Amino acid sequence: MVYLPTDMKKQIAIAAEGKAMASPTKEMLLDWYRQMVLIREFEETCHRLYEEKRITGVYLHLYSGHEASGVGSMAALRATDHVITAYRDHGIALILGMDPKAVMAEMMGKKTGSSGGKGGSMHLASKDHNFWGGYAIVGGHLPLAAGIAMEARYRGKDDVTLTYVGDGATNNGYFHESLNMSAIWDLPVVWIIENNGYGMGTEVERASGQIELHRKAEAYGIKSFGRVDAQNALEVYAVATKAVEYARKNGPAVIEHVTYRYRGHGVSDKQYDARDDMSAELKKWMETREPIKILRDCIESKYGDVNEILARHEADAERIVAESVAFAEASEMPSSYEDLLQNTYVASDLVYKTDQSVGAGID
Amino acid sequence: MAARNVAMREAIRRALREEMQRDEDVFVMGEEVAYWQGTHRVTRGFLEEFGERRVRDTPISEMAIGGLAVGAAMAGLRPVAEFMTINFAFLALDAIANHAAKVRYFFDGMFKVPLVYRAASGWGNQATASHSHAPEPIFAHFPGLFVGCPSNSLDAYGMLKASIRDDNPVLFTESIALYPKPSPMPDDLDEDYLIPIGKGDIKREGADVTLVAYARGVDWALQAARQLARDGVEAEVVDLRWLRPLDMELVYKSFKKTNRCVIVEESLPMYSFGGEIAANLQERMFDYMDAPIKRVAAEDVPLPYSKDIELLALPDAQKVVDAVKEIL
Ligand SMILES: Cc1ncc(C[n+]2csc(CCOP(=O)(O)OP(=O)(O)O)c2C)c(N)n1
Ligand SMILES: [Mg+2]
Repeated sequence: MVYLPTDMKKQIAIAAEGKAMASPTKEMLLDWYRQMVLIREFEETCHRLYEEKRITGVYLHLYSGHEASGVGSMAALRATDHVITAYRDHGIALILGMDPKAVMAEMMGKKTGSSGGKGGSMHLASKDHNFWGGYAIVGGHLPLAAGIAMEARYRGKDDVTLTYVGDGATNNGYFHESLNMSAIWDLPVVWIIENNGYGMGTEVERASGQIELHRKAEAYGIKSFGRVDAQNALEVYAVATKAVEYARKNGPAVIEHVTYRYRGHGVSDKQYDARDDMSAELKKWMETREPIKILRDCIESKYGDVNEILARHEADAERIVAESVAFAEASEMPSSYEDLLQNTYVASDLVYKTDQSVGAGID
Repeated sequence: MAARNVAMREAIRRALREEMQRDEDVFVMGEEVAYWQGTHRVTRGFLEEFGERRVRDTPISEMAIGGLAVGAAMAGLRPVAEFMTINFAFLALDAIANHAAKVRYFFDGMFKVPLVYRAASGWGNQATASHSHAPEPIFAHFPGLFVGCPSNSLDAYGMLKASIRDDNPVLFTESIALYPKPSPMPDDLDEDYLIPIGKGDIKREGADVTLVAYARGVDWALQAARQLARDGVEAEVVDLRWLRPLDMELVYKSFKKTNRCVIVEESLPMYSFGGEIAANLQERMFDYMDAPIKRVAAEDVPLPYSKDIELLALPDAQKVVDAVKEIL
């Protein structure tokens, strides 16, 4: 059986609309660099901790390789906007400014974790950051995104909901129903399809009849901002800025980010070890489309020698992540029945409860 | 008879493979079943052996997987559709409950729906709330659909074969925890070894208490029975194997002997397998009842990620032993 690896050229067709760039300031670019090296350090540390069995479980999906996709697009948001994503959520959480300590503690299932150890890697969220969470059922978060955006429309606010969705998820019913509703109700959602070439082991070409995934959204009457080279944070930012403004004023917009996952689907993915074609493909992306290097080159070409400050960001990232690991490991595990049961329901006076009630939870 | 220990995963693979060899109309579809070789490695080697026509990777489109299987089966093929895990079968619940289970009925027998839905099921390994279900009873709720849940390799083999050969739709769950678990399979196993749909099995004989279980619950029940035996208590373990049809006759027979019963399941406690068995027992066996019927199930809570509290939520052999001791 012949196996066709993803055709990179087909994947990296850059939409004309992304070309006229909004220009980020020097401070912004340096901050993006800070965010990207923090994510990379965090994710690679998670990977190592998993191998060392200091992070346990079966699901750990890393954002390494995707950094520019999240960093460039979220830079187009303002503080009152909303963000929601699937299970590949660590990078998103860190970009939004969640405390790496709380995020790392969540990886280890600790009480000090952002979800108290209940959610783990796939369920990070932070109300304070308008981060509505990571979700583990493919496509399941998409109607939630539409609902969050509806609240803004309903109440006359112009906040936008930035929604990340994988290429594989665009084949799921949730995607189609949610996009269509966002269109008919003019909901301020920016749908960002993070097309990293694969859903687990299935190439886009084998899973989707339309391989230009943003066109699926177009079919519902959603304004498309086309495909973007999402290894380049500046291009991502330029297009996201336009799409976010469009969504704020009009209604849903879609962007297709072409990116790549450096650590496979998740920790259980052994394809890259087993298959030469895939490891060669990965190598090529790392060598030619490395998002951190692309940003660095751009900063250097614009501003000359910034070595010192970039080195500082790198050192900070190492320190911050090391501190997060120390914090997480020193934290307590939830262990009691009360820990297990709490927050099944909201405590409520309206619930009739006796000692004999069954199924009302405890509080 | 010479026998060899075989992991349940291997037994299921063997059954499926032989049925595909036997009947050209049997085909497999699901997420990552072909090139990835199956998320749980059940379909390892299938793509190579049977080709893309009969071993089909699908998009992440559970609704369509569930419904396409119904159409293909109505048209005369014999689909074996895999849900990567049973959690994702929730997305296909309408196709399963409303169409797989009902088209025969609402067209008054005009069509057959000879399909099998396979799904990996169960809790544990910090898979977290949305990936931690053992919801077999939900599917067993619907008349028109059969539900099979094997507890060991030989049963899995014979039950899956019967499911594929039968002309009715069957939802077949495979405990993730049992996939790697070896159990004996005879060397000279007949390729037509079929376990009748709805037939339970006594996994251990005993006269003091009846433990009723299925799938992974059987494991806990057997462990508990061994532990109880050290204290001189002989538990009989009834493995129902199928949630629909339900072999209550076997339970009644055992209960008449033991007069006590503990029901063991991996699923949630409300509106459950345990509730169903207990209700039937009290209706039919009231005169034989010497003690309240006990149920051991998961805690009534969504499953958390964190390891220690996840274990607190799960049933285990000790909880079975404790329940038995309460009614002796
Ligand atoms: C409804 C559902 N079906 C299947 C799965 C198993 N699964 C988890 S992630 C995934 C692939 C998703 O790929 P994609 O949307 O491209 O996102 P990526 O992982 O590449 O970021 C699959 C099949 C799931 N979690 N939910
Ligand atoms: Mg993908």
